[in-house]
Amino acid sequence: MTLLDVKNLKTSYGPVNVLAGVSFAVEPGETYALVGESGSGKTTVIRAIAGLAPAQEGSVKFDGQEIRGASERTLRPLRKDIAMMFQDPVGSLSPRLTIRSLITEPYRIQGMKDRDLDAEAKRLLEMVNLPAHFADRYPYQLSGGQARRVGVARALALKPKLILADEPTAGLDVSVQGELLNLLNDLRERLGLAIVIITHNLNVVRHVADRMGIMYLGRLVEEGTTEAIFKDPRHPYTRCLLSANPEPDPDARLERIALKGEPPSLLKRPSGCEFRERCPFAQEICTQTPQWEVDNGHGLRCLAPLHQGRAA
Amino acid sequence: MTDTLLEIDRLSVDYETARGDLKALRDISFDIRKGEIVGIVGESGCGKSTLISSILRLTAPNTRFRQGEVRFKGQDLLQLPERKMRDLRGADISIVFQDPMQTHNPVLSIGQQMLDIQHRSKASKAEKRARAAQMLGAVGIPDPEARLDQFPHEFSGGMRQRIAIAMALMSEPDLLIADEPTTALDATLEVQIIERLQELQQEFNCAILFISHHLGVIAELCDRVVVMYAGAVVESGEVREIFHDPKHPYTRRLIDCDPGHIKERARVLPTIPGEVPDLANLPGGCIFRDRCDLATARCVEVPPLAKLKEGHHAACWLNHKEAAE
Ligand SMILES: Nc1ncnc2c1ncn2[C@@H]1O[C@H](COP(=O)(O)OP(=O)(O)OP(=O)(O)O)[C@@H](O)[C@H]1O
Ligand SMILES: Nc1ncnc2c1ncn2[C@@H]1O[C@H](COP(=O)(O)OP(=O)(O)OP(=O)(O)O)[C@@H](O)[C@H]1O
Ligand code: SF4
Ligand SMILES: [Mg+2]
Ligand SMILES: [Mg+2]
Repeated sequence: MTLLDVKNLKTSYGPVNVLAGVSFAVEPGETYALVGESGSGKTTVIRAIAGLAPAQEGSVKFDGQEIRGASERTLRPLRKDIAMMFQDPVGSLSPRLTIRSLITEPYRIQGMKDRDLDAEAKRLLEMVNLPAHFADRYPYQLSGGQARRVGVARALALKPKLILADEPTAGLDVSVQGELLNLLNDLRERLGLAIVIITHNLNVVRHVADRMGIMYLGRLVEEGTTEAIFKDPRHPYTRCLLSANPEPDPDARLERIALKGEPPSLLKRPSGCEFRERCPFAQEICTQTPQWEVDNGHGLRCLAPLHQGRAA
Repeated sequence: MTDTLLEIDRLSVDYETARGDLKALRDISFDIRKGEIVGIVGESGCGKSTLISSILRLTAPNTRFRQGEVRFKGQDLLQLPERKMRDLRGADISIVFQDPMQTHNPVLSIGQQMLDIQHRSKASKAEKRARAAQMLGAVGIPDPEARLDQFPHEFSGGMRQRIAIAMALMSEPDLLIADEPTTALDATLEVQIIERLQELQQEFNCAILFISHHLGVIAELCDRVVVMYAGAVVESGEVREIFHDPKHPYTRRLIDCDPGHIKERARVLPTIPGEVPDLANLPGGCIFRDRCDLATARCVEVPPLAKLKEGHHAACWLNHKEAAE
């Protein structure tokens, strides 16, 4: 059964509609990546799923149960099944608590008093490859990457069914990043954990995600298996995004496809296809409004989709 | 040497902790020339942020400077009176912190903060506001004029990073220090910011010290790279040499771990097995020895950071002829 089913999720802050209807579903044991432009609403999507951001419309079903706007009583037992890794690692750790208290806090919140918290702290730190003596430190005594790993340990404490991970590897060196992704992958395989991962690192997406959704201006513009999207991106925004990825080689020659103009205003969304003004591939038909169409599991919102080989 | 802007000379910095002194930086030396873009890479916790907070003297209270100098235009910053240091920060030297929340005051609007940093300018308030809006637009924030009145939490993670960059650029500094400034930016914006930094370097001959874990960004942006491991510089050189002909085993392993090199989907990503040494209880010998797959008997001694050729230094016995015998 589908573990997470998000339908037509909408969020506005005053007159600004940040999410204009987002839908996707995640199966147990699946890793789903949300990528897209900075400011396109990725963090808002997962915060809304976890009940930490408002969502005025739409539905969020977890294990078949509606949780959008649910009462704290409904949500409380679910909090141990849904874990969140925040984008801002240091800011999300309360500065006055030791690392031991921080990573074992979920046990206390759930009233699991019989646990040996020292032993749990040790186990969790080991899991994210931090030495046991870090338990006595405070957040400001950690490097950026170490704080990130504490956030991961805390999220894993209660053996969740779903992890909502916002840039979990930002600030980690490639070796520690590899360790963390291998750990998540291992949990996914052994425990059937589902993961929604937001990341700007396209190299990470390629290796860890089964499927991915690409967001632009508060909507998904393309969705499909990671393999299909990397091989044959159909939406012009996806094509531009993938072409920009910096290569770890000073002599690499990249054929980048640049976006035109500036990111549009959320206060006056463009007419027709909302990507039209910046799209290097736009056609006359793009003044009409594209609908979300799914073909063979590949979703697309574009009136003039690309196909392999169609050049700029 | 008149074209040297910043010289870090045998800098050693400790953190005092309950477990004893944590030797966070040991004998760090490297230079930055005017207009040069230097990248720092190295594992999480190796001391990159400690290094830049030491340069700026914005360190945690338990920090102890043990030895060394940080000379900016010939003047040792570690000896400068605090008032002069304050004048330098934000004028000659700007910084983009790893955590944008360290830059942004949560209770002031972004516009107010951008006015405040122009306190030295004689322009009118309206002019300053216009300039702030223009800078926000330059880093790709839509509706800049309207968004000036918003507070930091109302922006996305990547927007906060871009605002921090915009603020650091406002003073047209001689040296820009940026600690992982693009982690929350999508690839298109990241490239745009790299281009913006390169323009800045060309227009104002501004030098940049750029910390990043994204080797692709380092390869694209930097002239030279300094590689750090566990509080020490293990290699430094031109970006091409570091990527194509690394002379320290740590550098080589780091580059091999980059998933950007692996084009086929891999379920298990490469890592460097083993653990980083405890900086409060430093092991003897080469600092990388426990994890090095090429270590020999010689490695129980500390290898010097030796000059291999002009501009390329590495601290590994493998580069010394005697080791091969
Ligand atoms: N105030 C402090 N007291 C004690 N130890 C500290 C303090 N600040 C940092 N450290 C430790 O010093 C070491 C260097 O930290 P630093 O933040 O400089 O690392 P970094 O290279 O910036 O890492 P990252 O890439 O993860 O940001 C780390 O092991 C960290 O745990
Ligand atoms: N509390 C809030 N009040 C007003 N606007 C907000 C608030 N939170 C987010 N926004 C706006 O919603 C939009 C989407 O933000 P969100 O953080 O979801 O983006 P994102 O896709 O995660 O971006 P990034 O990749 O930069 O982290 C942005 O324009 C942001 O300014
Ligand atoms: S000095 Fe020895 S242990 Fe250190 S990096 Fe070189 S070979 Fe490895
Ligand atoms: Mg975000
Ligand atoms: Mg750091």
